[in-house]
Amino acid sequence: MSDLDAAFGNRGNRDSSIVNLHGRGTIDGTRPSGPVGPGHAGDPFLIGEGMTGGYGKGADILHDCTISVEQGQIAVIVGPNGAGKSTAMKAIFGMLNLRKGSVRLNGRDITALNPQDRVKAGMGFVPQVNNIFPSMTVEENLEMGAFIRKDDIRRTMEQVYELFPAVAAKRRQAAGELSGGQRQQVAVGRALMTQPSVLMLDEPTAGVSPIVMDELFDRIIAIARGGLPVLMVEQNAKQAMMIADKAYVLVQGANAHTGTGHELMQNDEVRRTFLGG
Amino acid sequence: MDILNALVAFLNFVFIPAAAYGAQLALGALGVTLIYGILRFSNFAHGDTMAFGTAITILTTWGLQSLGVSLGPLPTALLALPVGIAATALLVLGTDRVVYRFYRAQKAAPIIFVMASVGVMFIMNGLTRLIIGVDDQRFDDGARFIINVRDFREWTGLAEGLALRSTQVLTLVVTAIVCAALFWFLNRTKKGKAMRAYSDNEDLALLSGIDPERVVRMTWIIAAALITIAGVLYGLDKSFRPFNYFQLLLPIFAAAIVGGLGSPLGAIAGGFLVAFSEVAVTYPWVKVAGYLAPGWEPAGLLQLLGTEYKFAVSFVILIVVLLFRPTGLFRGKSV
Amino acid sequence: MSSNRQAAQASPWRAPILFAILAILFVLEGTVRNGMFSGSWNTSLAILNMGLISAITALGVNMQWGYAGLFNAGVVGFLALGGLAPVLVSLPPVEGAWAAGGPRLILALLVGLGTLALAKIAYTRTRRGWIMVLVLVAGFVAYRWLFDPAVTAIEANDSARTGNIGGLGLPILLSWLVGGAFAAAAAWAVGKVALGLRSDYLAIATLGIGEIIVAVLRNEDWLARGVKNVAAIPRPVPYETDLQQNPAFAEFAASWGFGVAEASGIWVKLCYMSLFLVVLLTVILLAELALKSPWGRMMRAIRDNETAAEAMGKDVTARHLQIFILGSAVIGIAGAMMITLDGLMAPNSYNPLRYTFLIWVMVVVGGSGNNWGAVLGAVLIWFLWIKAEVWGPNLIGALVGPLPDGDIKSHLLNSAAHMRFIAMGLVLLLVLRFAPRGLVPEK
Repeated sequence: MSDLDAAFGNRGNRDSSIVNLHGRGTIDGTRPSGPVGPGHAGDPFLIGEGMTGGYGKGADILHDCTISVEQGQIAVIVGPNGAGKSTAMKAIFGMLNLRKGSVRLNGRDITALNPQDRVKAGMGFVPQVNNIFPSMTVEENLEMGAFIRKDDIRRTMEQVYELFPAVAAKRRQAAGELSGGQRQQVAVGRALMTQPSVLMLDEPTAGVSPIVMDELFDRIIAIARGGLPVLMVEQNAKQAMMIADKAYVLVQGANAHTGTGHELMQNDEVRRTFLGG
Repeated sequence: MDILNALVAFLNFVFIPAAAYGAQLALGALGVTLIYGILRFSNFAHGDTMAFGTAITILTTWGLQSLGVSLGPLPTALLALPVGIAATALLVLGTDRVVYRFYRAQKAAPIIFVMASVGVMFIMNGLTRLIIGVDDQRFDDGARFIINVRDFREWTGLAEGLALRSTQVLTLVVTAIVCAALFWFLNRTKKGKAMRAYSDNEDLALLSGIDPERVVRMTWIIAAALITIAGVLYGLDKSFRPFNYFQLLLPIFAAAIVGGLGSPLGAIAGGFLVAFSEVAVTYPWVKVAGYLAPGWEPAGLLQLLGTEYKFAVSFVILIVVLLFRPTGLFRGKSV
Repeated sequence: MSSNRQAAQASPWRAPILFAILAILFVLEGTVRNGMFSGSWNTSLAILNMGLISAITALGVNMQWGYAGLFNAGVVGFLALGGLAPVLVSLPPVEGAWAAGGPRLILALLVGLGTLALAKIAYTRTRRGWIMVLVLVAGFVAYRWLFDPAVTAIEANDSARTGNIGGLGLPILLSWLVGGAFAAAAAWAVGKVALGLRSDYLAIATLGIGEIIVAVLRNEDWLARGVKNVAAIPRPVPYETDLQQNPAFAEFAASWGFGVAEASGIWVKLCYMSLFLVVLLTVILLAELALKSPWGRMMRAIRDNETAAEAMGKDVTARHLQIFILGSAVIGIAGAMMITLDGLMAPNSYNPLRYTFLIWVMVVVGGSGNNWGAVLGAVLIWFLWIKAEVWGPNLIGALVGPLPDGDIKSHLLNSAAHMRFIAMGLVLLLVLRFAPRGLVPEK
């Protein structure tokens, strides 16, 4: 909520003959990108290092938080509610103001880029909610995913349909009419259409049934094994750690524990606090 | 014969005028609905932008006429139309840059945009007054009729005449072309789909690499073109008076809402629905009734409402549709 | 929401200082004669009086917008409806009009209203559309059968001078209350429909009803003579000519150093001003009391978080309807006062730009949700609106002075009066940009 929202409070927002709250965004699309700098030697493929910052002019949510993912691996961010997991993800994607720290991708410092340009730089992001275009067909959703590409996208689309056969059958249907699990598949598919060099998923299994969740995890592993690094925020810490090459436990916006999924599963404190014994 | 006469009277006084008026409203409502869907507010400056675009077109038309340029049977205004569209597009883009963009960057609530559009409305109203004044202007030239009453009577031998004015046909033809082009653009091209995507989910469009500012600019340009065309066609068909254009705001909004705000197809349907109801309700049916039931002489004019109350018709349709189908005829974004 | 930069700046002296500046403007208008001010107290007070009426209108809009967040785009309609009251209440009865068709007319209107009510009952009881349509069609035919001859008879009655139904000959001040009641009734009807929907469509509904009310006043000659206007509406204050013939008044004027003609104008305007001030202060007092009462707190709670209020069992629609009616009633009172001040009912003067959107500029510039802000904004904007008509041409005149005489120069000079529209738009945009909470922000 901005200063200007406060100016009129909630006035007039109920009157749908003059205001349209449907699909309203939160990211400032007018912010121009800054310059791209060189990366550091020996960097992981994607790293958000020492990130400190918060939304707008509000208080800091992240405190010197570092997240990274290597080529072909799955990294997960877990932690209690309100630990800043999604915020860390958004920080890497350039959706909040970083006061300190930097984000580097594939040997380049992209801290000054706006979100649009990070997509062009190779990041694919699947938000937790509102991650499809509900009134557009599945196929149009995928096409929009490939918006920045100038080449032939049919091959990629076929790959996505192969990965998610359930939605392939409904390619002419409006995405908003699909079930929760299928919507998530469309959402991941849309992000894959850009042919990103890293895929970022914000709680992809939120609100889907356990069976669908297992299937989604299988797909995500398949994507990572195909060579695409995956960075994921996950509420279901146990399952997430089982598939993670690297796991980050965040507490109050700072790194609490870091290690491979296996290491953290063995860590007594992590088990006691987050995995329920 | 009498049935034919009744039919001709109906066509002449109800169907043809309503179709032309409906097409004009539909174009105006398309502009409203696009801005509502993509910029997420109802633009109160719509009527005045329409007046501005038409005023520029009229001035250009006069300039062309004084140079002796004409399009033969077609109105010279068609030649001047691109100039009007360009000027209007520049004006709305400038307005967006100076006024709305700031609030977009702040992610301000849509109601702020509505308020700002009231300010823009005042400025555009003043601008139009400055450049062309407040009086009635006529600027149609070229052939007036495609079919005129006398010829029609001679051809058919019917008692009732039928006039088909060239501006009416022009209105329908231009509207059909513009609508087809718009739908092709929105549903078939990448840029058009990007606009729909932005309307559906602003953040996700951005995350797909769609530049929101380009979508917004495109929306303004298309809206400027739509309303300038609507305004010029209305002006050719009736006459140009800035205040009338301001008053068109109600039927245009009504058409957009009746169709379902945010739905282009709805805007077109809404435009024709409002126009046909307006004309049908305010037309004195006594003549048609006279042909259909010769012996029976009705006492009054069989006019449901005086023409002065045509706005009431838009209003009543609006209320009825909202009461029974709150999302509009076609499912819009306003739920 | 309190983390607003502008809120932090607002000092308790802000409003008094702004009101003092406003007062100085009016004093300058009354005393200094130059390119900017007229130096006439009559002009100054005339602007002030209309400004006070605008202030009452702005208070009504501020109740709807400021307290409840309702966007009323048909202020002009409620003002016009309020303006009908002095004509119907205070004008002397028209001889023969009632006998010509009065009872039949009343019956027609009752049948009209009854039809609507019956249609609603028929629909809610049976849920069948065609029954409702049948009721409506039958009712409409009956209504027109009763209505048309009655109207023709009334309008034929001495049509050169009157041709309308005439008034009741009651005191003009009473008509102000009746004006409020008229507007409240219309607001009830509109609000009942538009606010009851899943999400409200108040802006478009009020835009429509505003146009319709003005169209009715313009075309229903039997009501208030339509565009033929009704003049000589009774006054609650003395007439200038009577004062001028009164030797005591001439002496009193001379003791203040004014000519008797000027003094009579000033005196009349002062009388009006006192009446308007009484109404204004009463409305503000009631509005402030209401705002600080539990009712007002609930209103603001609903406005700021409707979902929470609804979860707490508040009937949001009913509250909104309530405040919409109250605000419209205040606008209606202002409408009646305006006609009283003008002494003339001229439906063609009801321009939505001037009577709806300019009022909105007043409220937003003054400060949404703040009653004193609305008053300040109203009087200030009204002053600027009137003066911009003078300043615009003067400014343009100075600017184009060096230009050679010709078409462009004369065109610019002729159209300079339209500058005030641009000026008002600029004021609104600047305030929205740099002080979106208005000159006197809500606390």
